[in-house]
Amino acid sequence: MIPDFIWTNAPALLVAIPLLGAFLCPIIGKISPRARNVWVGGIMLVTAIVALILAYRVFTDGTVLYTFGAAVPGLSIPLDSGGIPIRIIFTVDAMSAFMDIICAIVGFSAILYSLASESRNSGLEMYYTLFLLMVAGVFGMVSTGDFFNFFVFLEILSMASAGIIAYRVDGGVAVEAAIKYFVLSSVGAIFVLFAIGIYYGQYDALNMAMIAYRMQGSSLDMIALVMLVAALAMKCGAVPMHFWTPDAYSMAPSSATAFLVVASQASLYGLFRVLFTFYNLTLNAVTVGWIIIILGILSMVVGVTMAIPQKDVKRLMAYHAVSQTGYMLLGIGVGLAVLGNQPLMESFGYMAMNGGVFHILNHALYKGLLFLTAGAIFYRIGTRNLNKMGGLGHNMKWTMVFFIIGALAIAGIPPLNGFASKLMIYESVFIFNPILAIIAMVVSILTLASFVKVFHSIFMGPKLPEYAEVKEAPLPMLLGMGILASLAVIFGLFPDIVVTTLVSPAVHALTDQAAYIASVLGGA
Amino acid sequence: MANLFQTLVTGAGFWNPLAWLLGIVVALIIAYLLWTRGEEGWKKGTPQTEPFLSGNKEPGKDEVHIRAGNLYWGYLEALKGYYDRIVPLHTGDLTDYLLWYLSVMVVILVLVVIYA
Repeated sequence: MIPDFIWTNAPALLVAIPLLGAFLCPIIGKISPRARNVWVGGIMLVTAIVALILAYRVFTDGTVLYTFGAAVPGLSIPLDSGGIPIRIIFTVDAMSAFMDIICAIVGFSAILYSLASESRNSGLEMYYTLFLLMVAGVFGMVSTGDFFNFFVFLEILSMASAGIIAYRVDGGVAVEAAIKYFVLSSVGAIFVLFAIGIYYGQYDALNMAMIAYRMQGSSLDMIALVMLVAALAMKCGAVPMHFWTPDAYSMAPSSATAFLVVASQASLYGLFRVLFTFYNLTLNAVTVGWIIIILGILSMVVGVTMAIPQKDVKRLMAYHAVSQTGYMLLGIGVGLAVLGNQPLMESFGYMAMNGGVFHILNHALYKGLLFLTAGAIFYRIGTRNLNKMGGLGHNMKWTMVFFIIGALAIAGIPPLNGFASKLMIYESVFIFNPILAIIAMVVSILTLASFVKVFHSIFMGPKLPEYAEVKEAPLPMLLGMGILASLAVIFGLFPDIVVTTLVSPAVHALTDQAAYIASVLGGA
Repeated sequence: MANLFQTLVTGAGFWNPLAWLLGIVVALIIAYLLWTRGEEGWKKGTPQTEPFLSGNKEPGKDEVHIRAGNLYWGYLEALKGYYDRIVPLHTGDLTDYLLWYLSVMVVILVLVVIYA
């Protein structure tokens, strides 16, 4: 049914297709805008299908290896390499496949949405080129098994993201936001490169499985760990390194903002990969676990409290994105803190991690959806200022319905998807430390309060004279929002099947360091 | 197919959205039945449907819309001490952003070294 070529080469195609799409986009844009739109939509659709095929293969057959340049993709160690995997290897385990699914869904929805939302702007060839480069960057980061290659994709993602944040020049404000993002990302990337140098100097390897296999937990390793934790936590917007987030998220076009959420999650993936796959029990899991927990709690509290007084709807949502990242850090941090204690892992550690990882998926769906609804409103009324809005529910009913779904999901209201993952986090974290669980619940209440304000400000009230003629968002935008809203509802109604099929295998892939190493080095 | 309707076990508890939905539907049906047994004296389009504002004339709809800036005034006033400290930290200055990032890295390094 699935062509053998795609089945075998899916990991490489995952990056090759969006790269090809990106670089040919300016040329195809010369033909006609319609041809460009068909090209971009087609490229993203094919990439998403390949990602889903790869994920299906991983969840049914196990970890997929793809060795670039090898006669057989699964042959990770050449016979004359001295037992070291010297080629670039993509190692797609269940955690990577889980992230691939998120990238495919949000990427496709955002591109579909952008076909209408960006149609009034100029320079769209460049916009879509940057967007597809972001897609390639995320797919590369979450799929690669080579740490230097991870750095390369991180840089591709950062550069493309900075370009797309600055796309809507907006009196220089967008450019300022992009420069802030780019400088911070570059400084973070330098530290990632330092860490890679430390590993390479000690272990003669850039392959992630090889580094994990040879990891000794030396002082140098700890320095590398600190540099990676700080850089990747900053890239995912953890407090107090979150300052770039509201600037960048609010100034980027909304379709790009929805994907920037996924880009941040790719860094979160990198952070988790370093902690569990590289170090695992060689680090002081309790200390580092608590560091991650504290970053999570700070993100949750500062994010939501900073969101409430915001008047720019996208800045408000950006602060909520920071807050929600805190839940993921909290869940994973609790799992890490008890990593060495199998009874505690069985009791609540795996559940906390399941909750944290499930929340990554849920957050990508509802936060992506919320940014798209904000973009639909901006598209129609030309402002992001909540004080200037009101009564739009009369004219933009579908957008309002999608916003309600996103808002209830982010606030953790049943039966939407955000509730299921938050419940898993609350209950497991409560056993670990009740105060942390109470803070998490209070943050959810504040999130609901914040979105009640946003809902009222945008949609409720009488039809205002200045918006009397406002129309509903165009069909492609509604379809983009509709896909994410539908999945937020479906994943909320059937959480067990999502956890059993996708989340739990991802968490076990993340924690099972030996299996990851064996999947690469065992193929020699 | 049976898996679709399985309950999510969360360690200390469980969650079945479909059972929850069923409960909501039953509650809505009960609410509807209660509503149908209510008074039928309400007449649409008559003065009885207009709001009573101490005998004053009702202002125009666009004049009474409560905008975002008017919401949660009490909450923000109650947490004024917190906001007076946390908001100024968001300076918008890239140098400060870098300083925070590097400071956090140093703090993490100190913690990792102390508890090594």
